[in-house]
Amino acid sequence: MTLPGHNGDAAAGPLAVSFGLADADLLAMFRTVALARAVDERMWILNRAGRIPFVISGQGHEGAQVGLAWPLRRGHDWIAPFYRSIATCLAFGMTPRDLMLAQYAKASDPGSAGRQMPGHYGSPEHHLVSVSSPVATQILHAVGIALAAKIRGLDQVAVAIMGEGSSNQGDVHEALNFAAIHRLPFVFIVENNGYAISVPAEKEISVPDVAMRASGYGIPGVVVDGTDVLACYAAGREAVERARAGGGPTLIEAKVTRLTAHSSDDQQTKYRTEDDLARGRAHDPLPIFRDRLRAAGLLTPDREAALAAEITDLVEDATDFAEAEPDPDPATGMDFVYADPAAGEPPPPWHPAPDGAGATPAAKADAAFAGEERG
Amino acid sequence: MTIRTFIEAIRDGMAEEMRRDAAVIVLGEDVGKKGGVFLATDGLWAEFGDDRVIDTPLTESMIVGASIGAALNGLRPIAEIQFADFIHPAFNQIVSEAARMRYRSIGGFTVPMVIRAPYGGGVHGALYHSQSVEAFFTHVPGLKVVIPSTPYDAKGLLRSAIRDDDPVIYFEHKKMYRSVRGDVPDTEFSVPLGLAAVRRPGRQVTVVAYGLMVHYALEAAERVAAEGIDCEVLDLRTLRPLDRETLLSSVRKTGKCLIAYEDNRFGGYGAEIAAIVAEDAFDYLDGPVTRIAGPDVPAMPYNHVLEDWFMLNPARIADAIRRLAAY
Repeated sequence: MTLPGHNGDAAAGPLAVSFGLADADLLAMFRTVALARAVDERMWILNRAGRIPFVISGQGHEGAQVGLAWPLRRGHDWIAPFYRSIATCLAFGMTPRDLMLAQYAKASDPGSAGRQMPGHYGSPEHHLVSVSSPVATQILHAVGIALAAKIRGLDQVAVAIMGEGSSNQGDVHEALNFAAIHRLPFVFIVENNGYAISVPAEKEISVPDVAMRASGYGIPGVVVDGTDVLACYAAGREAVERARAGGGPTLIEAKVTRLTAHSSDDQQTKYRTEDDLARGRAHDPLPIFRDRLRAAGLLTPDREAALAAEITDLVEDATDFAEAEPDPDPATGMDFVYADPAAGEPPPPWHPAPDGAGATPAAKADAAFAGEERG
Repeated sequence: MTIRTFIEAIRDGMAEEMRRDAAVIVLGEDVGKKGGVFLATDGLWAEFGDDRVIDTPLTESMIVGASIGAALNGLRPIAEIQFADFIHPAFNQIVSEAARMRYRSIGGFTVPMVIRAPYGGGVHGALYHSQSVEAFFTHVPGLKVVIPSTPYDAKGLLRSAIRDDDPVIYFEHKKMYRSVRGDVPDTEFSVPLGLAAVRRPGRQVTVVAYGLMVHYALEAAERVAAEGIDCEVLDLRTLRPLDRETLLSSVRKTGKCLIAYEDNRFGGYGAEIAAIVAEDAFDYLDGPVTRIAGPDVPAMPYNHVLEDWFMLNPARIADAIRRLAAY
């Protein structure tokens, strides 16, 4: 197994050794957390500056996302993420440019060429399943991916990630039951930030922890502090190893905090007190992880400065790049309805293909037909 | 050629495709040892085993949602929904996910899967074992919808559906399972999706139908033929994508179009056919485009008198043909 960020440098101090990692891994994990935060913060600035219409954020979730994604094999295992999975996507191989292209919804957005709302990432290359807006549907996709992996003998693990609000959907019950019956190589991660938009956890969930529900399926349910990146890594590794070895699914609930409003269209001070928000800020995984790596002597002032400069450059580059990319061409609007374009209905009359170039075969036939028969 | 019932043709189609392609799996309620409540999958579990013929819990959303995931990871699932009436818990997975996956990921993720579901009434199935639900799905770009009417088509269309790279919903009229027989070649033939068939050529009225209604329309055409009304009966076979060319050329020839469908009339599939004919064959029409369909009640009642009241039959279709022909 090649760990991302390891880069062949196996030097390991006591902290890294205690988690079976190298120092380079810890620094790479920190870099991913910090990069996700910087990309996320830039999205809000762009939104408030009127450059992008919508942001949905992962701030406060990044530590859990990076720690839990780290034990997976990139490009081999699968993740069905959700709309806060910015750090997950970065940890699994997407780049700041990829994410920013999605924010700007540009033609070169690799997930959807500008068709999806920001936050609905996806990358076939990285085995990150395209995100949709009806919540929790993705858990069944991950279970189906795990089923296929088992039938085909692919040695893959599939992971579904969502918030605790989404975890109340019926699809979650159906998925966990089936995955447990067949002991599928599946891990279910719940990032519990305490709010489903405005509704607090005590009005969403009848028990203190979502993880308690795991016992109903006869699978392990684990609660982990989502501000502790390395505890998340350890919990994730155990679950992934169990899944890969045929031991069946695990439910991991990471207690995280939501540092921003639900989205750029939400005002969370309407339903959260200042005390509550302050508690949230005290559980920010970024400074907690930074302090831990500083204390371990890994994050030296020089390294921190170099990393900060690198991240600033990456965010600037991604922003400038995405801003300059072209919007999608309306002539592509009818593309990818079916594998065979001829199976689609004719485009609307305003579809831009005056000379027939770029029109679907069906549209050409329809245009020819209208000319012939109606003339 | 071998004479097969409608359901035998479906079973043969699945078995042959499973032998040909290890990526094809079947999952649904009671599809394993029992072979399905109608025995459509009878024998598949014995031949292909637990991995490829999977008895699921009573979880329609899971059956479809996990099939989507399996399709994303290299399989070609055939998901059986025990009755079309029970497909609604899976509606979100079918419409929000299966249908939209290719479009939203610009072809990066695709869902080659078939959802089979027995539909239709006249079998004492009452409100929840009789429904026709095709209109919910024909409305959705990204889905293909197939409704065969003969054993030959059932097998040939199923083969095409399994090999298709998009999600295909395949509805089987349960009244036809054992009552309809026909020749089915032993060869590896297929019937392409998106092609209608003219079941009876005629000059005066086009009757558009699919599934069981094709048989009723043919009977009706036979009855009115004795009175000198010459009907053309069109079997759509695939509802989406629709074979516009065959539809429009038939109506341009006859000038009259009757659409017969078992579902309730308002907003049903026949409404789309009527709209297309009105838009694209208006100059040729010699009478109102007409629908004959089920009554607009929530579903089919159980008592046999009420069930007969609900169902279309050859006599009712013949009456509608007469009225249109006389226009």
